[in-house]
Amino acid sequence: MPDVKAAKLLELDKVTKVFRIGSILFGKKMTAIDQVSLSIDAGKPVILSIVGESGCGKSTLCKMILRVYKPDRGEIHLDGHNYADRRHYNADQFRLNVQPIFQNPYESFSSRKPVDSYLYNTALRLGIAKSRAEADAVVDQALKDVGLSLATVKGKYSAQFSGGELQRVSIARALITKPRLIIADEPVAAIDASMKMNIVNLFKELKDKYQVSFIYITHDLSTAYYVSDYIATLYRGVLVEYGPAKEIMDSPAHPYTELLMNAIPRVGDKWREDIALPDLESKEYMQTACKFANRCAYATDECRRETPSFEELGGERRVLCFHPLIGKKA
Amino acid sequence: MLKIENLSASYQTIDGPVHVVKHLNFDIRDNEIFGIAGESGCGKTTLLRVLYDIIQYPLSIDEGRVVLSGVKKGVPYELTTGEIRKAWWNNISYVPQAAQSVLNPIMRLKDQFLDSIPKQDRGDESKEQTLDRVRSYLKELGLSPDVLNAYPFQLSGGMRQRAIIALATFMSPGLILADEPTTALDVVVQRGILMMLTRLQKQYKNTLVIVSHDMGVHYQICDRVGIMYSGSLVELGPTADLFREPLHPYSRMLIGALPVVGDKSAKEGIPGRPPSLKDPPPGCRFAPRCPRASERCRREVPEFRQVRPGRFAACHLLEEEAQSHA
Repeated sequence: MPDVKAAKLLELDKVTKVFRIGSILFGKKMTAIDQVSLSIDAGKPVILSIVGESGCGKSTLCKMILRVYKPDRGEIHLDGHNYADRRHYNADQFRLNVQPIFQNPYESFSSRKPVDSYLYNTALRLGIAKSRAEADAVVDQALKDVGLSLATVKGKYSAQFSGGELQRVSIARALITKPRLIIADEPVAAIDASMKMNIVNLFKELKDKYQVSFIYITHDLSTAYYVSDYIATLYRGVLVEYGPAKEIMDSPAHPYTELLMNAIPRVGDKWREDIALPDLESKEYMQTACKFANRCAYATDECRRETPSFEELGGERRVLCFHPLIGKKA
Repeated sequence: MLKIENLSASYQTIDGPVHVVKHLNFDIRDNEIFGIAGESGCGKTTLLRVLYDIIQYPLSIDEGRVVLSGVKKGVPYELTTGEIRKAWWNNISYVPQAAQSVLNPIMRLKDQFLDSIPKQDRGDESKEQTLDRVRSYLKELGLSPDVLNAYPFQLSGGMRQRAIIALATFMSPGLILADEPTTALDVVVQRGILMMLTRLQKQYKNTLVIVSHDMGVHYQICDRVGIMYSGSLVELGPTADLFREPLHPYSRMLIGALPVVGDKSAKEGIPGRPPSLKDPPPGCRFAPRCPRASERCRREVPEFRQVRPGRFAACHLLEEEAQSHA
């Protein structure tokens, strides 16, 4: 790690990922992620939620941050270092800084290995503990941070845990390296309602305790609202709105964010009217003008013809829309 | 109407029977949307399988029965467990969990529709005539009739789910059982499908049973909700009342744990975990996680009974409260 700390922990600059559908000769190109720019400050840990419906590119984006995919265009910087710059890249160093948590904990852990072996491997391989005895302490501490302990976990297999408990173990595994960024891809989607809140509460607690930032990827807007500091809305691979969570949820500026908000099955507020569902999704990816125009209640001819550009709404909010639902702040 | 009379069912395993559904006693009325809520492993899906009469080894019924009754085209019918099978598609239909993957991937949807429509209903119609009826029904549901020519993999998850619902409801059965109909879908599609289901129910006045772990879904569309915990119902009542004032400690904690948009106050999940069905606690099954459990709760199984008009719950505390008021 360099001595000079960069101002941004993570910075995505116009990141684009293109997938090819079909054969090389006759296939079509599909832009899964289109010029997404996002950043997380280094000074203060935050929880950034990326929300959107299935197939909007949430997981592709997180795989690029985890270096699973290479972006086709654009740059990703971690601590000021470009991902494409191989000189500064050290796989172990990267793993110490960035850790993932996945959707289904039963798939994260093999059913044939005791789950604690994953924690020991992380501690020993990345040099956090030099010996087995040292690793014992490290693993126990990480498990205690998530409300479990080594005594209750040791030697058990994944099938012996409930979904909520096992997800805690995978969070503990991520914590062992004392990372600065945790990428959580739909971490509560497979968890029961009664356990969900325990997991998201844990994120809040760990953020302060370990000064770790989270990228929380979800389609569940109610938990996103509950935990996050910032929200980024993705639609068909395009970032359409970004800003502080509370402001976005109180008054969404992009019609798509509004649609998402209205679709949450809330308790205490019943739906009245029907909504339109999209028929052909792949077409929207190809569209050059505003991709949401066909479903948008406020769309005008301009929206169907031209590509909108980001508009600053004051504060930290920006929106990609010709007709944002809220005016600019003075 | 669907009457569930003292129903118990279990799975046979190497270690002996596991009682997954225990002493259920309740009615599902005509023309209502009935929700069944609960955590995974509480027996929701098993209950639906028993209601739909898919009882195959290792599942077996220990006690009690299910009675399906109603009137179709002026003819009354009454069927009990074992006979309900005969009424599949016609009087009762089932939308299983992950319904998106139940379609045959190498058959066009129109052939799958033709397959599932019983002969007596088609009479001497030609294929095209039957398909015309299917097309107009799809239009009614807001689906493009083009889906009939598509293979399942050409459709998105939401479209497939809607096609399945169309398939299950085409014969206008009196009772539709839907197991987690929107779980794998995102919020916008979920809302579209739930609205479609309610619209259908209003139009055809049939009964809809929805199983979901998402309390928000129940609040949005159900008339009455039953909450299951570890194989039995702990509470049943009209949705609005149940959400306003949950009676059973489990439902109270479950509803208290729901994140609410617009409310950032700290919420707590329920500590502990559901008991193993193989070796359940002797008394109330929720007692180990219940903050108000007493000695009696740990010893005696509470009875599921009417606490107030239309509201049922199984809890010793409620009984004691009622006694102290009297």
